[in-house]
Amino acid sequence: MNSAADPIARAPTDWKGAVMQRRLRRRYRAERCFRLLGLAAVVGSAAFLAVLLVAVLGNGLGGFVQTRVALPLDLPRQGIAIEPVRLRGPGANLALAAANIEGATDAAAVAAFGRGGDDLLSDSAWLTVRDAIKADPTLLVRRATIAVPAADAIDSAAKGHGEAAARARLAALEARGAISRGVNWAFLTGADSTDSTSAGIWGALKGSIYTMLVTLALAFPVGLLAALYLEEYAPRNRWTDLIEVSINNLAAVPSITFGLLGLAIFLGTMHLPRSAPLVGGLTLALMTMPVIVIAGRGAIKAVPPSIRDAALGIGASPVQVVFHHILPLALPGILTGTIIGMARALGETAPLLMIGMRAFVAAPPKGFTDPSSVLPVQIFLWSDQIDRGFVEKTSAAIIVLLLFLFAMNGIAIYLRNRFETRW
Amino acid sequence: MSGIALAFVVAMLGLIGWLTGRARAAMNRRVPGERLVALPIHHGSYVALATVLPAALFIATWAVISPALVTNTVLETPAAGELPAARFERAVVLSEARDLGAGRAYGAFNPLAARLAPAYATAQRRFDWIGGIVALLLAITGGSLAWRQARPRFPARARVERVAMLALLAASLIAILTTIGIIGSLLVESLRFFSIVPPADFLFGTHWSPQVIDPRDPGATLGAVPLFWGTFFIGAVIAMLVAIPFGLMSAIYLTQYASARARRWIKPLLEILAGVPTVVYGYFAALTVAPMVRQFGLSLGIASASAESALAAGLVMGVMIIPFVSSMADDALAAVPTAMRDGSLAMGATTSETIRKVLLPAALPGVAGGVLLAVSRAVGETMIVVMAASGLATLTLNPFASATTVTKQIVDLLTGEAAFDSPKTLAAFALGLVLFLVTLMLNIVALRVVKRYREAYE
Repeated sequence: MNSAADPIARAPTDWKGAVMQRRLRRRYRAERCFRLLGLAAVVGSAAFLAVLLVAVLGNGLGGFVQTRVALPLDLPRQGIAIEPVRLRGPGANLALAAANIEGATDAAAVAAFGRGGDDLLSDSAWLTVRDAIKADPTLLVRRATIAVPAADAIDSAAKGHGEAAARARLAALEARGAISRGVNWAFLTGADSTDSTSAGIWGALKGSIYTMLVTLALAFPVGLLAALYLEEYAPRNRWTDLIEVSINNLAAVPSITFGLLGLAIFLGTMHLPRSAPLVGGLTLALMTMPVIVIAGRGAIKAVPPSIRDAALGIGASPVQVVFHHILPLALPGILTGTIIGMARALGETAPLLMIGMRAFVAAPPKGFTDPSSVLPVQIFLWSDQIDRGFVEKTSAAIIVLLLFLFAMNGIAIYLRNRFETRW
Repeated sequence: MSGIALAFVVAMLGLIGWLTGRARAAMNRRVPGERLVALPIHHGSYVALATVLPAALFIATWAVISPALVTNTVLETPAAGELPAARFERAVVLSEARDLGAGRAYGAFNPLAARLAPAYATAQRRFDWIGGIVALLLAITGGSLAWRQARPRFPARARVERVAMLALLAASLIAILTTIGIIGSLLVESLRFFSIVPPADFLFGTHWSPQVIDPRDPGATLGAVPLFWGTFFIGAVIAMLVAIPFGLMSAIYLTQYASARARRWIKPLLEILAGVPTVVYGYFAALTVAPMVRQFGLSLGIASASAESALAAGLVMGVMIIPFVSSMADDALAAVPTAMRDGSLAMGATTSETIRKVLLPAALPGVAGGVLLAVSRAVGETMIVVMAASGLATLTLNPFASATTVTKQIVDLLTGEAAFDSPKTLAAFALGLVLFLVTLMLNIVALRVVKRYREAYE
C-alpha cells in the first residue's frame, strides 16, 4: 500500500555511487571550512593582540632612552660664582637657586654650538647642570664637559622621526661626537611636565600606588566580610535577596557611574579634596568590592560541607567554624579574586576623570590628600599631546602599566595553581 | 593631638586591654569548680573591643561635628565682626583662614583671613584636645569596665561573636548603600536638571550642542537623541558585528575542535585581551585604527570620512568585547547536555553539522543572554569613545562619519570649567541616569534569560 515509506521496502542507499560520494565530499568540505573559520577567529583575535603589543612596544621603548648632548661648561667665565663652602651646608639649594644657572647653561650652549645652540638642549638641561654642581662643586672653578638631555626635536631626530632641520643639526652634533644615549632616568623618577624631555611617570605611579592602597584597605575587608556573611550566615529572606541583587548589579554597572557617584557624594556633599588619591581610592573601592564579593563567594562555596559539619560536631561555634576553618581554606581563592579586582581598578580611568584626577600635577603626591595623577589618567593626558616626544612617552607609560597588570595577573594565576585544592 | 597619634594611642590601649583581659581570664582557670564559658582569648578580645569601639565611634562623630564648633568659636571673636555679610564671600574668607591656621597655606589673599587665622589655630587646637581627652577617657572607662567583667561565668565569647556578626552584616549592607547612593545622587541631580529642561526636550530632541545653551530655552540644544543613536550604533551594532562572530567562533573552536593542550595556551591569550586597560585600547584606536579607517573610507570615495569615525571606535570596542562573548558562549555551549551532541554524532552528522544544527540552536538563549550582557558592557564603555569618537553629535547611518556617545558626552560635560549646578553639568547626571537604567534593564533581562535557559537543561 505505502511501500515507498516502508523502510524495509526501500532500496538500500548506494554509498559508493557518484551522487552520494559527491554529497559526502561536499559535507566534508563544509566541515573543513567551518573548522578553518573557527581557527581564523582565534588567530584573528590573537593577531589583534599582537599588533597592539607590537605597536605599543615599537613606539614606547624609545621613551626609556634619552639622547644627551655633551655640553662644554666653563662656569667661571659664565660668571657663576658660588663659594664651594656654601654648597656643603644646608644652604646649598638656596645658593644654587640664587645663581643664574639656567642662563649660564644657555650661554654655554651658544658658545659651544653657535647661534641657536640653546635650542639643542632640553628646557630642563640646566637642572642636570645644577645637580652636577651640587655633586661636584669643583665644576665651579674648572672647565668640564657634562652630558645634558637634548631638546625634544633632537631626541626625535636621533630616534629617526624628526624634521629635516633637526636631522641636519643632529648630524652636525654627531660629527663632533657630542651625542650620546643612555637610560632616561628622568622618565622613571620625574612627574608630569609640559616639556616631553623631562616628563616622567613616577608622580603618576606614586599616585596609583596610594590610590590602590586606599582601595585595597577598604574593598578587601568589606568584600571578604560581605562574602562570608552572604555565603555562611545570611537567612533566606527578602533583605538577603536585595543585597545579592545589588552586588550583582554593581558588578555590571558601567564604571563611569561610580565616577558620578564619587563626584556627587565625595566631592559635592562631603567636600573631600579634589584629585586626591583618597577620593580615587574610595571610588574605586566601591567598584572593586562587588568583584571581591563574587569571587569570594565562589571560593567559600567550594569548601566542602564536611569541613563545616566536622567543626560543628566537635563543638565549634558558628563564628569559630567560619573564621578557624572555612576562611583559611577559602583564602587563596579570595586573594586571587582580590588581585584580579585590583588589577582592573589599576587600569580604570573613567571614574577618576569624573573626580578631577585629570589635573596637571607636576610633583609626586606626598600623602593621600595631595592632588595627584594616576598611571592610566597620565596615559590619557599625554595621548592628547601632539609632540613626538609625548607619543613615545605615552607608549612607554603604557608599557609600565601593562607590566604591572601582567605581574598582578601572574601572581593571581600562580596563587590559583599553587593553592587550589580539589576536594 | 593629631588624628594619627590619637588613633595610635587608642590602638595601643586596645592591645593593653587584650593582653590584660586575657591574663585575668587565664587566672580564672585556677578557680576550682567553676565551669568556663569562654576562652581567655575571648575575654581579651572583649576587653579590646570595649576599649576601642566607643572611642572610635566618638572620634568619627567628633570629626564630623568639630569643624562646625571651631567655626562657631571663631565667629564669636571680635575680628569676625568685620566679615562680609554675603554668604559666599564669608565662606571664602573663612576657608582661607582655616587653611592658614592649619598651616596648609602660606600668605593670605584676604587680609581679614590673616587676622582670623590665629583664632582658628587656637580654636582648632582646643577642640582637638577636648576630643582627644574625651576619646581617651572613653577608651579607658570602657576597657576597665570590661576588664572587671572577665569572670569565669561571663559569656565573653557570645558577646564577641555578636560583634563579629554585626560587622559581617554591616559589610554586606555597604553594597545596598552604594546602590542607594548611585540611584539617589543620579536622581537628585537629574530632577534638578529636569526642573530646568523639560524631559520631553531632553529625551526626544534631536539637536545636541551643550556649548551654546540659551538660558530662555535650554532644552533646544539639549536633545539627547543623537547621543542615544551614536551609543547604539557604536556599541550595539558595530562592536557586536565584530565581537559576535569572533567571540562565538573562537568559543566553538576552543570547546569543540582544539586539543586540550592548545586550549590551555589559547584561552589565557584571549583573557589578556580582556585584561588590557580600556585607556590602552582608546590610545590604539585613536592613534592607529582611526587613521587607517579614514584612509580606507577615503579610498572608497567617501569624502566625509572622519578621523573620529564611529567605525574606528566600534571596531576596537568589538575587539575588547571578544573575550567576554567568547566566555559567555563557552558557558552556554557547555550547558547543552552531552547526550544531544553524542546523539547527533552517532546519527552520522559531521562535527560542524552537529554544532550548527544541534548545539547552537540548543544554546541560543544562553548565547543571546551573553550578547545582551556584552551590549550592556559596550554601551557603558567610556575611554575608547572618549579618545577615539568625536564630540559632535550627528544622526547618521554612515560608519565613516563622526559619532558621539552618552559616556563621551558625560566626560566632556563634567571635565569642562562650569559651575556645579549649571544645566551643562546637570545634563551629565541626567545622561548618567539614562545610562544606568538602560544597562540595568539589559543586565536584568540577560540574567533572567541565561538563568531560565540553564534551568531548562538541569
